[in-house]
Amino acid sequence: MERIDSQGLHYHELNELIKRLAEEGVREFQLDNVNGQRYLGTGLAYPDIKMVVNGVPGNDLASFMNGPEITINDNAQDAIGNTMNAGQVTVHGHAGDVLGYGMRGGRLFIKGSVGYRVGIHMKEYKKQVPVLIAGGTAGDFLGEYMAGGVLVLLGLERQPGVPLAGDYLGTGMHGGVIYLRGEVDPFTLGKEVSVFDLDEADWSLLGPHLQDFCAAFGFNYDEVCAGKFCKLIPVSNRPYGRLYCS
Amino acid sequence: MKGTFPRIPSGCSITGILNKKAKRFSGADVIRSIRLMHDRSNGLGGGFAGYGIYPQYKDHYAFHLLYTNEASQHDTEYFLEKNFVIDRCEPIPTRPHPRITDTPMLWRYFLRVKPYVVEQFSSSHNRELVKSADEADAEKNFVVSQVMEINQKIGGAFVASSGKNMGVFKGVGFPEDIGEFYRVEEYEGYMWTSHGRFPTNTPGWWGGAHPFTILDWSVVHNGEISSYGINRRYLEAFGYHCTLQTDTEVIAYLFDLLHRRQGLSLENTCLALAAPFWKEIDRYPEPKREAVTAIRQVYGSAMLNGPFSLVVGFTGGMIGITDRIKLRPLVCGQKDEVVYLSSEESAIREICPAPDRVWTIRAGEPIIVKLEEGVQP
Repeated sequence: MERIDSQGLHYHELNELIKRLAEEGVREFQLDNVNGQRYLGTGLAYPDIKMVVNGVPGNDLASFMNGPEITINDNAQDAIGNTMNAGQVTVHGHAGDVLGYGMRGGRLFIKGSVGYRVGIHMKEYKKQVPVLIAGGTAGDFLGEYMAGGVLVLLGLERQPGVPLAGDYLGTGMHGGVIYLRGEVDPFTLGKEVSVFDLDEADWSLLGPHLQDFCAAFGFNYDEVCAGKFCKLIPVSNRPYGRLYCS
Repeated sequence: MKGTFPRIPSGCSITGILNKKAKRFSGADVIRSIRLMHDRSNGLGGGFAGYGIYPQYKDHYAFHLLYTNEASQHDTEYFLEKNFVIDRCEPIPTRPHPRITDTPMLWRYFLRVKPYVVEQFSSSHNRELVKSADEADAEKNFVVSQVMEINQKIGGAFVASSGKNMGVFKGVGFPEDIGEFYRVEEYEGYMWTSHGRFPTNTPGWWGGAHPFTILDWSVVHNGEISSYGINRRYLEAFGYHCTLQTDTEVIAYLFDLLHRRQGLSLENTCLALAAPFWKEIDRYPEPKREAVTAIRQVYGSAMLNGPFSLVVGFTGGMIGITDRIKLRPLVCGQKDEVVYLSSEESAIREICPAPDRVWTIRAGEPIIVKLEEGVQP
């Protein structure tokens, strides 16, 4: 395993170093004293890389990433998993806005709460199905323009009076599914989605991911599942399909 | 086009630090915090506001001036002498810096308003523009008018700050370089704010760097105020004239107008500037619905449109707020009696590795932090 003291390293230097070591065959990394360095893991395409980050990484962590597993033992910032294709990011804290932007595969696990525009324009194709699970609450525009994938919000350890998700929930959504552990205020729903109960097919899709999520953070799977879940799916696949031809 | 261009992942950076017990600390911390977000700015502007930095002149208006030439200094000093007692006047201390060039002349003045001036001014000017029943307030109106007059009428002279026991140090460069240039680490204040600039719509010049100020208000801003034109025309009716070619300027004047002059609470001032959508207002219970409706109607021209996150400083406190759909980031942190606001959590952790609490604020909902009860700035 390669340990890197990231103290004072600019993101250029740090990412170049990681890239060079990965090309030389290093597969396990531990980055210590990370603070604010952007683009960690960006474009890394070795599926067997495992990276542990100690500290708060900067924005655009794991963007375009294709395979590695990154574990953050702290909070993280904005735009994790931008256009990520495969692999997994596990954050043992909270994270910021615009997570999973255009994400097209792999998994993003956030233990705590997440910010605004999370899961914006996630997409899927056949077996490429991205999964984003947040243990806490979310801000406005969750799943905005979502075109595919699985977005899960659990609301664990939620304080009274704090909404599970914000306004404009699923606005413009036209594919994929959002699972919510808690109630939905119809006022906050985007026009393109409706609320449904989960059926068996939902649980067979959600269950294994949720099990892994609980194992990663030490949550009790049965207790998590005992909460009342609902799902949001788009009511029309191609809302603008007739825009230019009718 | 030939070659490749390095990506500039910019987007402005803002930081604010307040010690709620008014313990003063060196500007070195705020420089370290803003330095961490170096890549958010592109070298075309940086600046700092320090509060509590002039305890020996705490009752004087501290005017920080930028001059492009000696004539502008001569004219400004002649102008100031008419209405102020200048108890101290000196160049703002700087050190030569390899990356800070084309510097204007930088001077500061510690001023007292001459005794008869305010009364004369109040009686000879439009009542709506300047008059106040409160004597201290009337003096502040007068000081605002003097700042406007210098910025508008004296070529090459611009007021960087004009508050009591505070000062702004700003210019063209990366913020950490500007901090070193102005020797910001040699000052001690109970509150600091800072900005790294990535100018989008307006020129990167010394007067256009943040913070923007009037009296003891200072504003650092990440974003664009697309309502600038409306806000600017609205402010002109109240005697505020925008001369610094940057949208953020209106925000400082709006706080002065709405809170100091018109008596809105800080909360309601924030409500006017980052007003909720009508569909949300309609859901509020009475009498809140009626109150917020009134604020939106009366202050429609003061509303800020476009993306923003702001740190607003004033004597004894600071405000963090974003636009109502949170198009720009703002993170809060707290450790004992110190509160931090910043564009990125890492910039807080750089100077406070183990905060008691870190959280992000909700869109349009201000966080207003003040000195503890009974603590004097």
